[in-house]
Amino acid sequence: MNDRPINNRAWLFVLPVLVFVLFSSLLPMMTVVNYSFQDTMGQNNFFWNGIAWFQNLLDPSTDIGGRFGNALLRNLIFSLVVLFIEVPLGIAVAICIPRHGWKVGATLVMIALPLLIPWNVVGTIWQIFARADIGLLGAALTRMGIHYNDTQDPTSAWATIVVMDVWHWTGMVALLAYAGLKSIPDAFYQAARIDGAGRWSVFRNIELPKLQKVLVIAVLLRFMESFMIYTEPATVTGGGPGEATSFLSLDLVKIALGQVDLGNAAALSLVYNLITLSICWVFFTVMTQLDQRKDL
Amino acid sequence: MSLVLENVGLKSGADTIIDAVSLRFDRGTMNILLGPTLSGKTSLMRLMAGLDKPSSGHVSVHGKDVAKVPVRRRSVAMVYQQFVNYPSLTVYENIASPLRVAGVAKAEIETRVAEAARVLRLEPFLTRLPAQLSGGQQQRTAIARALVKRAELVLLDEPLANLDYKLREELRVELPRLFAESGSILVYATTEPSEALLLGGRTATLWQGGLTQFGDTATVYRQPGNIDSARVFSDPPLNELTVRKHGARAKLPDGRDVSAAWLAPDLPDGEWRLGFRVESAEVDAPDDAAASDASGGTSGRFNGTVAVTEISGSESFVHVDVGFATWVCLVLGVHDWTPGSKVSVRVDPRGVYVFDQAGARVAVAAPQRSAAYATTG
Repeated sequence: MNDRPINNRAWLFVLPVLVFVLFSSLLPMMTVVNYSFQDTMGQNNFFWNGIAWFQNLLDPSTDIGGRFGNALLRNLIFSLVVLFIEVPLGIAVAICIPRHGWKVGATLVMIALPLLIPWNVVGTIWQIFARADIGLLGAALTRMGIHYNDTQDPTSAWATIVVMDVWHWTGMVALLAYAGLKSIPDAFYQAARIDGAGRWSVFRNIELPKLQKVLVIAVLLRFMESFMIYTEPATVTGGGPGEATSFLSLDLVKIALGQVDLGNAAALSLVYNLITLSICWVFFTVMTQLDQRKDL
Repeated sequence: MSLVLENVGLKSGADTIIDAVSLRFDRGTMNILLGPTLSGKTSLMRLMAGLDKPSSGHVSVHGKDVAKVPVRRRSVAMVYQQFVNYPSLTVYENIASPLRVAGVAKAEIETRVAEAARVLRLEPFLTRLPAQLSGGQQQRTAIARALVKRAELVLLDEPLANLDYKLREELRVELPRLFAESGSILVYATTEPSEALLLGGRTATLWQGGLTQFGDTATVYRQPGNIDSARVFSDPPLNELTVRKHGARAKLPDGRDVSAAWLAPDLPDGEWRLGFRVESAEVDAPDDAAASDASGGTSGRFNGTVAVTEISGSESFVHVDVGFATWVCLVLGVHDWTPGSKVSVRVDPRGVYVFDQAGARVAVAAPQRSAAYATTG
């Protein structure tokens, strides 16, 4: 069957990558795994702790378990809200982008600008922008008599973070959707015009089905990134007011670096990682299934 | 019902896409737009359909100018080179879509879709999505959508170009028959001369956005009105040669002065562009006399070397470099000349079209074949 020559020297070429992955991913990961099964009394003395950290984490009646459950819920709600706003909005923006001429470049650059700003800078921009005393947005809202204060009012804090994420990332969905729209041959639009189909029908029966693949990718990317959100809320609200915007990653940092509670933090990061992985796996399966339906 | 184009032109910026085309298509006829890529076939079809407005001239249906009639109110159906179907609708819904938009009664939609599906042999696939069909089935669905509409004008824009050979042959025979009963005006765009000849009907040859000739397909093929028509309607490409005739002699592009006996006897002196198709060029053994033709003797015969041989079916197309041009010659049967071998090309004078400097065809009496070959010695 297999009569191709086998050359074991080929492994030499793979070796650098293996070493790199070992130091960049496997060793740090294994350190975390180590912490999650051990406890320490200091002086770098560790002893076996079994699965106690995990039991704690997954038991909502404990302090850490309660925090974990609440933060996970916040993450899921945040991701869903952001997806429900950004994906339809991104498609709508993509449809409005001109298809020909100099306006294309200008529009695309404008849309891509927020994507080019470092994440902590985005956070800082919005922190100032949203301040109720001097921020353009915050002060304007307050002057209009709207009760807004993102450091004291949970609703304001949530709204700020969601709007910031929409501002930051809708552009990416729009760019992906635009690429998808551009790949639809003109003949489809002509055929629809000849058939007498209306704008909505063109969207429903041509554009949306043709965008399906690209949208799966957009949803996957947006989900992953929003589920792991850290920098922006850390800068803008620092997880507050109270625990209102304490997402998993913020909590994790508090536990690991604030409380130096390595066991709990390690267990939390592993479970966090597993959740992200399994959701990605589901998406990946859906994507490859779609791939098999050719020509959509 | 007739579709008339009067001096229709289309400009895009400074570029002329369509240059003053006048055509008249009648009810129940098959009309072919023949031209290479970018010759304006698709642009012309878009103008006919009303998808674009002409920058100049008039398009009229039934003698009425349709410039102000929007596409959706015209009776037009179109099939494209790409397989264009609604991706999220089943084959049945795809075929029914133009009828639904038109508000046809449900019962009638059912009978008409069933009829179209039967004729195009799509019955087993009605519940499938287009992506679950083969290319041929997808294109048949698109054709069924056009058929079911019973449009007065049916535009087929290279509908078979993306299909494999077998399916093409099949559908090429079926297509004209399918639409023939409907009495529609059929317009079929193609880049292939052989396809035009197989379909028959009337052919309009297009070259760089201009109409070069319009008439019965066979007539346009046999009697090209100008050099552009002849080029468009030749595959492999037309063999060309410019000669300067003076008395009984003719000067070739490479400066040789040969006997003009192989040219039409009534051709006046002057510079002429000659064109002939592959079947009028025969490959023969090298001819010593042709090489020293300056002395008179041989004519209509050109020594050269084989550049390449293409074998197509049971015919061989031999590309021969004759010094001032490379000509393609047809040889029946499968032959494989070694590139570089010395041969001569014998041009059949009866197949030579004569064009003036501007490219217009000049009617001349062809010399007798025997007379021309008698000099070959």
